[in-house]
Amino acid sequence: MTETILLFLRLFYEFFKTGLFAVGGGMATIPFLYNMADATGWFTRIDVDNMIAVGESTPGPIGVNMATYVGYITGSTAGGTPFAVLGAVVATLGLITPSIIVILIIASFLKSFRDNRYVDSAFYGLRPASTGLIAAAGLSVVVSNLFYADALAQGFSLAVCNWKGWILAIALWILTNKVKQTKKLHPILFILASAVVGILLGM
Amino acid sequence: MNIYPDLFLTFAKVGVMTFGGGYAMLPILQREVVENKGWATEEELTDYFAIGQCTPGIIAVNTATFIGQKNRGVPGGIIATLGLVFPSLVIISLLAGVITTFSHLAWVNHAFGGIRVCVCVLILNAVVKLFKKAVIDAPTMIIFLAVALGSYFLTFLSPVVFVLAAAIAGILLKNLGVKKS
Repeated sequence: MTETILLFLRLFYEFFKTGLFAVGGGMATIPFLYNMADATGWFTRIDVDNMIAVGESTPGPIGVNMATYVGYITGSTAGGTPFAVLGAVVATLGLITPSIIVILIIASFLKSFRDNRYVDSAFYGLRPASTGLIAAAGLSVVVSNLFYADALAQGFSLAVCNWKGWILAIALWILTNKVKQTKKLHPILFILASAVVGILLGM
Repeated sequence: MNIYPDLFLTFAKVGVMTFGGGYAMLPILQREVVENKGWATEEELTDYFAIGQCTPGIIAVNTATFIGQKNRGVPGGIIATLGLVFPSLVIISLLAGVITTFSHLAWVNHAFGGIRVCVCVLILNAVVKLFKKAVIDAPTMIIFLAVALGSYFLTFLSPVVFVLAAAIAGILLKNLGVKKS
């Protein structure tokens, strides 16, 4: 019982930390989720990659969806569905609590916040840092999904590339960046198409 | 109608209609909050959104807290935010149960194999978009590279460390640096 309570307290704490330090929206929570996977063992990095897709293809802000999903998986390790749902609630509340506190404080001196030179200069450093964190997370998604990571550790050769994955990735990059008719389409359509390709090619 | 249930339900509706979050939410907020309810003006919404982007946390959550707070103070901010996340809680809890049940099936794994490739491209696209706004000169380029490489190789360090260091670096660079501008 005590262990279960501690698990949920830690879950709240981990997501509180994520909500407080992830600057720049949903994608900015990904590095924190990877770090959580490494530090707690509640779920794996592969789980995080799946969560990104689920979070992006379901209604609701992606950051909130990922938190709910992680909370659900973590809670389910403590027992059945009721614990899983409790985990989903705890993780989500943990994520949004710092936002609520910070925004309520800022709302009381809105004008001076926007014009404050220290706030402004902190964000001058924060924006590239947040982008860097997401880029590093993206790189590990690429390494684990477009290469055979175990073989890659032995050294680079053409055999360590997941060729089916590369072809799909390049096709998706062209469709989302270069083709006028498709680049404005919602990401959910590309995710669904990738699922179909994954099934057909046995990825 | 009492304003609190109205706040909760309106933001729940915004939550249901938003896929992906962030910018996807702006047109829906414009319709529901500005045009239908008159809870904020177009300019206020843009301001909240801009601040929501550069403050910690999920942009959609930050914006909901702002609008709720503006209309009904602290309780309003909390209720609007809870309304926004409520659909996610219900939908994801249902879906996570289903996914866990079927995750041993080969075709489900193949589908996720394809989906994760798509995730690579989605993250790449997000990084490129953020990069254009964030990396504007040599110091920001150095911060970007240092954080990207640092967090990729030093996985034992929490992202919190990089975030705090970058905020301090930003303040120092802008305020102590050569005052040529």
